[in-house]
Amino acid sequence: MSEARPQRPGLYYPKMPLTWWLARPGYVRFMIRELTSVFIAIFLVELLVLVHKVGQGPQAYADTAARLQSPGWMVFHVVALAFALYHTITWFKLTGVVQVVRLGDHKVPPALVVAGTFVAWGVVSLFILYWLLVRS
Amino acid sequence: MAPGKTMEPFWWSLFSVGGVVAAFLVPVHLFLHGLAIPLGWVSVGHGRLLALVGQPLVKIYLFVLIALPLYHWAHRFRFILEDLGLHGFRAPIAVLCYGSAIVGTVATLWVLIRV
Repeated sequence: MSEARPQRPGLYYPKMPLTWWLARPGYVRFMIRELTSVFIAIFLVELLVLVHKVGQGPQAYADTAARLQSPGWMVFHVVALAFALYHTITWFKLTGVVQVVRLGDHKVPPALVVAGTFVAWGVVSLFILYWLLVRS
Repeated sequence: MAPGKTMEPFWWSLFSVGGVVAAFLVPVHLFLHGLAIPLGWVSVGHGRLLALVGQPLVKIYLFVLIALPLYHWAHRFRFILEDLGLHGFRAPIAVLCYGSAIVGTVATLWVLIRV
Protein backbone atom coordinates (compact mmCIF):
# COMPACT_ATOMS: atom_id res chain seq x y z
CA MET A 1 0.00 0.00 0.00
CA SER A 2 1.88 3.00 -1.26
CA GLU A 3 -0.48 5.54 0.37
CA ALA A 4 0.40 4.16 3.82
CA ARG A 5 4.03 5.24 3.44
CA PRO A 6 5.01 7.81 6.10
CA GLN A 7 5.36 11.38 4.80
CA ARG A 8 8.71 11.68 6.54
CA PRO A 9 10.58 8.55 5.54
CA GLY A 10 13.61 9.68 7.54
CA LEU A 11 11.79 9.12 10.84
CA TYR A 12 12.03 5.78 12.54
CA TYR A 13 8.89 4.45 14.23
CA PRO A 14 9.49 1.50 16.54
CA LYS A 15 6.82 -1.18 16.36
CA MET A 16 4.78 -0.90 19.55
CA PRO A 17 1.84 -2.95 20.73
CA LEU A 18 -1.45 -1.05 20.93
CA THR A 19 -1.32 -1.34 24.73
CA TRP A 20 2.19 0.11 25.24
CA TRP A 21 0.78 2.84 27.49
CA LEU A 22 -0.40 0.25 30.05
CA ALA A 23 3.21 -0.67 30.83
CA ARG A 24 3.83 2.08 33.40
CA PRO A 25 1.60 4.22 35.67
CA GLY A 26 3.18 7.34 34.17
CA TYR A 27 2.20 6.26 30.65
CA VAL A 28 -1.36 5.56 31.85
CA ARG A 29 -1.57 9.04 33.41
CA PHE A 30 -0.29 10.51 30.13
CA MET A 31 -2.99 8.67 28.17
CA ILE A 32 -5.70 9.75 30.65
CA ARG A 33 -4.52 13.36 30.30
CA GLU A 34 -4.72 13.13 26.52
CA LEU A 35 -8.19 11.52 26.76
CA THR A 36 -9.55 14.38 28.91
CA SER A 37 -9.81 16.41 25.69
CA VAL A 38 -12.30 13.91 24.24
CA PHE A 39 -14.70 14.27 27.18
CA ILE A 40 -14.32 18.05 27.18
CA ALA A 41 -15.07 18.20 23.45
CA ILE A 42 -18.19 16.01 23.79
CA PHE A 43 -19.49 18.24 26.58
CA LEU A 44 -18.89 21.39 24.54
CA VAL A 45 -20.86 19.95 21.62
CA GLU A 46 -23.63 19.15 24.14
CA LEU A 47 -23.47 22.75 25.39
CA LEU A 48 -23.70 24.05 21.82
CA VAL A 49 -26.83 21.92 21.23
CA LEU A 50 -28.28 23.31 24.45
CA VAL A 51 -27.64 26.90 23.30
CA HIS A 52 -29.27 26.06 19.96
CA LYS A 53 -32.33 24.64 21.77
CA VAL A 54 -32.61 27.75 23.96
CA GLY A 55 -33.03 29.71 20.72
CA GLN A 56 -35.72 27.34 19.47
CA GLY A 57 -38.04 28.14 22.37
CA PRO A 58 -39.06 26.99 25.87
CA GLN A 59 -40.50 23.63 24.76
CA ALA A 60 -37.47 22.58 22.69
CA TYR A 61 -35.16 23.59 25.53
CA ALA A 62 -37.22 21.75 28.17
CA ASP A 63 -37.29 18.57 26.05
CA THR A 64 -33.52 18.58 25.58
CA ALA A 65 -32.88 19.46 29.22
CA ALA A 66 -35.12 16.53 30.27
CA ARG A 67 -33.21 14.16 27.99
CA LEU A 68 -29.92 15.26 29.56
CA GLN A 69 -31.26 14.15 32.97
CA SER A 70 -31.20 10.49 31.94
CA PRO A 71 -28.92 8.17 33.98
CA GLY A 72 -26.61 7.66 31.02
CA TRP A 73 -26.02 11.39 30.56
CA MET A 74 -25.62 11.91 34.32
CA VAL A 75 -22.90 9.23 34.44
CA PHE A 76 -21.24 10.94 31.47
CA HIS A 77 -21.38 14.32 33.27
CA VAL A 78 -19.78 12.92 36.44
CA VAL A 79 -17.01 11.18 34.46
CA ALA A 80 -16.49 14.21 32.21
CA LEU A 81 -16.24 16.52 35.24
CA ALA A 82 -13.55 14.26 36.73
CA PHE A 83 -11.63 14.34 33.42
CA ALA A 84 -12.07 18.12 33.12
CA LEU A 85 -10.68 18.62 36.64
CA TYR A 86 -7.76 16.35 35.75
CA HIS A 87 -7.06 18.51 32.71
CA THR A 88 -7.22 21.69 34.82
CA ILE A 89 -4.89 20.30 37.50
CA THR A 90 -2.30 18.90 35.07
CA TRP A 91 -2.46 22.05 32.90
CA PHE A 92 -1.89 24.43 35.83
CA LYS A 93 0.89 22.29 37.27
CA LEU A 94 2.63 22.51 33.89
CA THR A 95 2.38 26.30 33.76
CA GLY A 96 4.71 26.37 36.77
CA VAL A 97 7.33 24.57 34.67
CA VAL A 98 6.71 26.30 31.34
CA GLN A 99 5.97 29.86 32.36
CA VAL A 100 8.82 31.55 34.25
CA VAL A 101 7.52 34.65 36.03
CA ARG A 102 10.11 37.30 36.96
CA LEU A 103 9.70 40.16 39.38
CA GLY A 104 12.71 42.40 38.82
CA ASP A 105 15.75 40.17 39.28
CA HIS A 106 13.81 37.56 41.21
CA LYS A 107 12.34 34.44 39.70
CA VAL A 108 8.97 33.72 41.27
CA PRO A 109 9.07 30.11 42.59
CA PRO A 110 7.13 27.79 40.22
CA ALA A 111 5.00 26.56 43.14
CA LEU A 112 3.78 30.12 43.67
CA VAL A 113 2.95 30.52 39.96
CA VAL A 114 0.95 27.27 40.11
CA ALA A 115 -0.84 28.41 43.27
CA GLY A 116 -1.66 31.68 41.52
CA THR A 117 -3.32 29.89 38.60
CA PHE A 118 -5.43 27.82 40.99
CA VAL A 119 -6.55 30.95 42.88
CA ALA A 120 -7.40 32.66 39.57
CA TRP A 121 -9.34 29.56 38.48
CA GLY A 122 -11.37 29.64 41.72
CA VAL A 123 -12.16 33.33 41.29
CA VAL A 124 -13.20 32.88 37.65
CA SER A 125 -15.40 29.87 38.48
CA LEU A 126 -17.14 31.64 41.37
CA PHE A 127 -17.69 34.71 39.21
CA ILE A 128 -19.36 32.62 36.48
CA LEU A 129 -21.62 30.93 39.05
CA TYR A 130 -22.51 34.31 40.57
CA TRP A 131 -23.14 35.86 37.18
CA LEU A 132 -25.42 33.06 35.96
CA LEU A 133 -27.30 32.33 39.17
CA VAL A 134 -27.45 35.51 41.23
CA ARG A 135 -27.16 38.53 38.96
CA SER A 136 -30.13 39.06 36.72
CA MET B 1 5.09 27.29 2.20
CA ALA B 2 8.89 27.47 2.35
CA PRO B 3 10.67 24.12 2.61
CA GLY B 4 11.11 22.98 6.19
CA LYS B 5 8.29 25.22 7.38
CA THR B 6 5.23 23.47 8.79
CA MET B 7 1.80 24.41 10.12
CA GLU B 8 2.82 22.86 13.44
CA PRO B 9 3.35 26.13 15.40
CA PHE B 10 -0.05 27.43 14.27
CA TRP B 11 -1.94 24.34 15.42
CA TRP B 12 0.14 24.15 18.58
CA SER B 13 -0.75 27.72 19.57
CA LEU B 14 -4.46 26.96 19.09
CA PHE B 15 -3.95 23.79 21.16
CA SER B 16 -2.34 25.85 23.89
CA VAL B 17 -4.98 28.61 23.96
CA GLY B 18 -7.75 26.00 23.88
CA GLY B 19 -6.08 24.21 26.78
CA VAL B 20 -6.08 27.38 28.88
CA VAL B 21 -9.75 28.06 28.08
CA ALA B 22 -10.69 24.46 28.91
CA ALA B 23 -8.71 24.52 32.16
CA PHE B 24 -10.29 27.75 33.42
CA LEU B 25 -13.87 27.53 32.16
CA VAL B 26 -14.99 23.96 31.44
CA PRO B 27 -15.17 22.51 35.01
CA VAL B 28 -17.60 25.16 36.28
CA HIS B 29 -19.85 24.79 33.22
CA LEU B 30 -19.78 21.00 33.49
CA PHE B 31 -20.73 21.29 37.15
CA LEU B 32 -23.50 23.78 36.37
CA HIS B 33 -25.05 22.35 33.18
CA GLY B 34 -24.11 18.72 33.80
CA LEU B 35 -24.96 18.32 37.49
CA ALA B 36 -26.41 21.33 39.32
CA ILE B 37 -29.18 22.19 36.83
CA PRO B 38 -30.20 18.60 35.81
CA LEU B 39 -30.28 17.51 39.47
CA GLY B 40 -32.35 20.55 40.47
CA TRP B 41 -29.81 22.05 42.90
CA VAL B 42 -30.26 25.37 41.12
CA SER B 43 -32.68 26.52 38.48
CA VAL B 44 -32.15 28.89 35.58
CA GLY B 45 -35.28 29.59 33.58
CA HIS B 46 -35.52 29.56 29.78
CA GLY B 47 -36.30 33.28 29.69
CA ARG B 48 -33.09 34.14 31.53
CA LEU B 49 -31.01 31.86 29.29
CA LEU B 50 -32.58 33.35 26.16
CA ALA B 51 -31.85 36.88 27.37
CA LEU B 52 -28.26 35.86 28.13
CA VAL B 53 -27.46 34.21 24.79
CA GLY B 54 -28.87 37.26 23.00
CA GLN B 55 -26.13 39.50 24.40
CA PRO B 56 -23.14 40.08 22.09
CA LEU B 57 -20.61 39.72 24.92
CA VAL B 58 -22.13 36.40 25.98
CA LYS B 59 -22.00 35.23 22.35
CA ILE B 60 -18.28 36.04 22.20
CA TYR B 61 -17.77 34.30 25.53
CA LEU B 62 -19.58 31.17 24.29
CA PHE B 63 -17.56 31.20 21.07
CA VAL B 64 -14.30 31.25 23.04
CA LEU B 65 -15.61 28.61 25.47
CA ILE B 66 -16.83 26.19 22.78
CA ALA B 67 -14.68 26.71 19.68
CA LEU B 68 -11.14 27.11 21.06
CA PRO B 69 -11.01 23.88 23.13
CA LEU B 70 -12.07 21.99 19.98
CA TYR B 71 -8.57 22.74 18.60
CA HIS B 72 -7.13 21.54 21.87
CA TRP B 73 -9.04 18.29 21.36
CA ALA B 74 -7.99 18.05 17.71
CA HIS B 75 -4.30 18.30 18.57
CA ARG B 76 -4.42 15.81 21.42
CA PHE B 77 -6.64 13.33 19.60
CA ARG B 78 -4.34 13.48 16.59
CA PHE B 79 -1.40 12.41 18.72
CA ILE B 80 -3.44 9.78 20.62
CA LEU B 81 -4.08 8.11 17.26
CA GLU B 82 -0.45 8.46 16.19
CA ASP B 83 0.79 7.19 19.55
CA LEU B 84 -1.44 4.16 19.15
CA GLY B 85 0.60 3.28 16.10
CA LEU B 86 -1.23 4.86 13.15
CA HIS B 87 1.93 6.52 11.80
CA GLY B 88 1.10 5.48 8.26
CA PHE B 89 -1.97 7.72 8.29
CA ARG B 90 -0.45 10.97 9.56
CA ALA B 91 -1.95 13.18 6.87
CA PRO B 92 -5.55 11.85 6.93
CA ILE B 93 -5.53 11.87 10.75
CA ALA B 94 -4.43 15.51 10.83
CA VAL B 95 -7.04 16.49 8.22
CA LEU B 96 -9.77 14.60 10.12
CA CYS B 97 -8.90 16.12 13.52
CA TYR B 98 -8.28 19.75 12.55
CA GLY B 99 -11.08 19.51 9.96
CA SER B 100 -13.54 18.44 12.68
CA ALA B 101 -12.47 21.40 14.82
CA ILE B 102 -13.01 23.76 11.87
CA VAL B 103 -16.46 22.26 11.22
CA GLY B 104 -17.21 22.70 14.94
CA THR B 105 -16.11 26.33 14.76
CA VAL B 106 -18.42 27.02 11.81
CA ALA B 107 -21.30 25.24 13.61
CA THR B 108 -20.65 27.32 16.74
CA LEU B 109 -20.69 30.55 14.72
CA TRP B 110 -23.89 29.46 12.96
CA VAL B 111 -25.68 28.66 16.25
CA LEU B 112 -24.50 31.83 18.00
CA ILE B 113 -25.45 34.13 15.11
CA ARG B 114 -28.94 32.62 14.82
CA VAL B 115 -29.79 32.31 18.51
